[in-house]
Amino acid sequence: MAKAAILSYIKRDSFVHELTGTTKLIFFILWSVASMITYDTRVLVCMLFMSVVIFKISKIKIKDISVVLGLAAIFLIMNNLFVYLFSPEYGVGLYGSRTVVLTIAGPYTITLQQLFYHLNMTMKVICVVPVALLFIACTDPSEFAASLANIGVSYRIGYSVSLALRYIPDVQREYHNISQAQQARGIDLSGKDKLFTRMKNSVAILLPLVLSSLNRIETISNAMELRGFGKNKKRTWYRLRRMTGKDWFVVVFVAAVLVIDLLVTFWDGSRYYNPFL
Amino acid sequence: MKKLSVKSVVAIGIGAALFFVLGKISIPTPVPNTYISLQYAIQAVFATLFGPIAGLLIGFVGHTLIDATSYGPWWSWIIASAFAGLVIGLVTMKMDVNEGIDTKKIVRFNAAQAVAHLLAWGLVAPCLDILIYKEPIEKLFVQGLVAGVSNVLTTGIVGTLLLIAYAKTVVKKGSLSKED
Repeated sequence: MAKAAILSYIKRDSFVHELTGTTKLIFFILWSVASMITYDTRVLVCMLFMSVVIFKISKIKIKDISVVLGLAAIFLIMNNLFVYLFSPEYGVGLYGSRTVVLTIAGPYTITLQQLFYHLNMTMKVICVVPVALLFIACTDPSEFAASLANIGVSYRIGYSVSLALRYIPDVQREYHNISQAQQARGIDLSGKDKLFTRMKNSVAILLPLVLSSLNRIETISNAMELRGFGKNKKRTWYRLRRMTGKDWFVVVFVAAVLVIDLLVTFWDGSRYYNPFL
Repeated sequence: MKKLSVKSVVAIGIGAALFFVLGKISIPTPVPNTYISLQYAIQAVFATLFGPIAGLLIGFVGHTLIDATSYGPWWSWIIASAFAGLVIGLVTMKMDVNEGIDTKKIVRFNAAQAVAHLLAWGLVAPCLDILIYKEPIEKLFVQGLVAGVSNVLTTGIVGTLLLIAYAKTVVKKGSLSKED
């Protein structure tokens, strides 16, 4: 099972852990918006630097998340490779000049502009990765629903999310059990069978899983209904914490990052920072 | 927005958990970062059973969790997943699988999922990618179409089989007759 690849809450004692879930959620959302909007190299370098600093503060070790980082690296390399294969001259069009460094074969030349584009594209993804990972690793799942409700999401949806987090391990265990049982009966999901057979075989595992999940839905929703869930417009949360000075500081900080990001990015009317002019 | 019923709240939670677990065991295709994803079959079945809002949120929450626990969230694809669930739910809204299933319903389910996935991966995801990540257009559309077609096939085969098998397990109204 791919259990090791799944990141979960890691309890440590750090500044990042002390912040409320709400703060971290706001930080995560604004930070990824900021990185999505900009393509300005200067902004991206700053954000990358800051995200590394935040990672240091959090006391989460590289070791804790090495599997996840490996996956992210593979994802990035493949993505870069494919962008290059499809349009090796993309950067040239973007930055409006052409400086050839190396000619490989046919249309595949390496230009400075293309390299610069790849650098920017990669940074854009990388500067969100530590923040996203920290958000998962440093937020107590039971506090998460409260945070969602706190930023104005309907508590029903918040409850759905916390149910999802609560039942992922259960569903995982169930999937594992069913698939072992079916494998004992000779149903194979691995690469040895043809793709179509594999898909048909997967139904043999999915059907019991779906049916038991539907039963589970029945049980849980009956239990919730009996306890009067959804009767009132509002709900209080056991794990909700009040925002303190630290939290406000972080929220103001990330809002400032977003504003500066917007200003620098659109100051000259272009999303790109062009060093080739 | 209409208030979500308790059952939908739970269905979204469990559906997103299923989406997440199945998303982690996907079978890779030759195109990078694109997988044959069983989770979309489940999403389609849940959208048919519990409606468009459930489909939308299962896609959104499930996909966000998958991305956030493996690499950073890739928002354009998350939104496309949510969009696919919404469309499937909308098209199959008035279709009650609990009353049994026939060819017409199967065709409708498949039409819904085909339209939803082709729109989501062939149009919504690449357009958002262009807007957000500014990647080359050709790459995005090839990637999107491969993902779209493979999702349509997976959902078509696995989803349809699941739906038929599910309908068979439900006891229909009036299935008992009085003995003379």
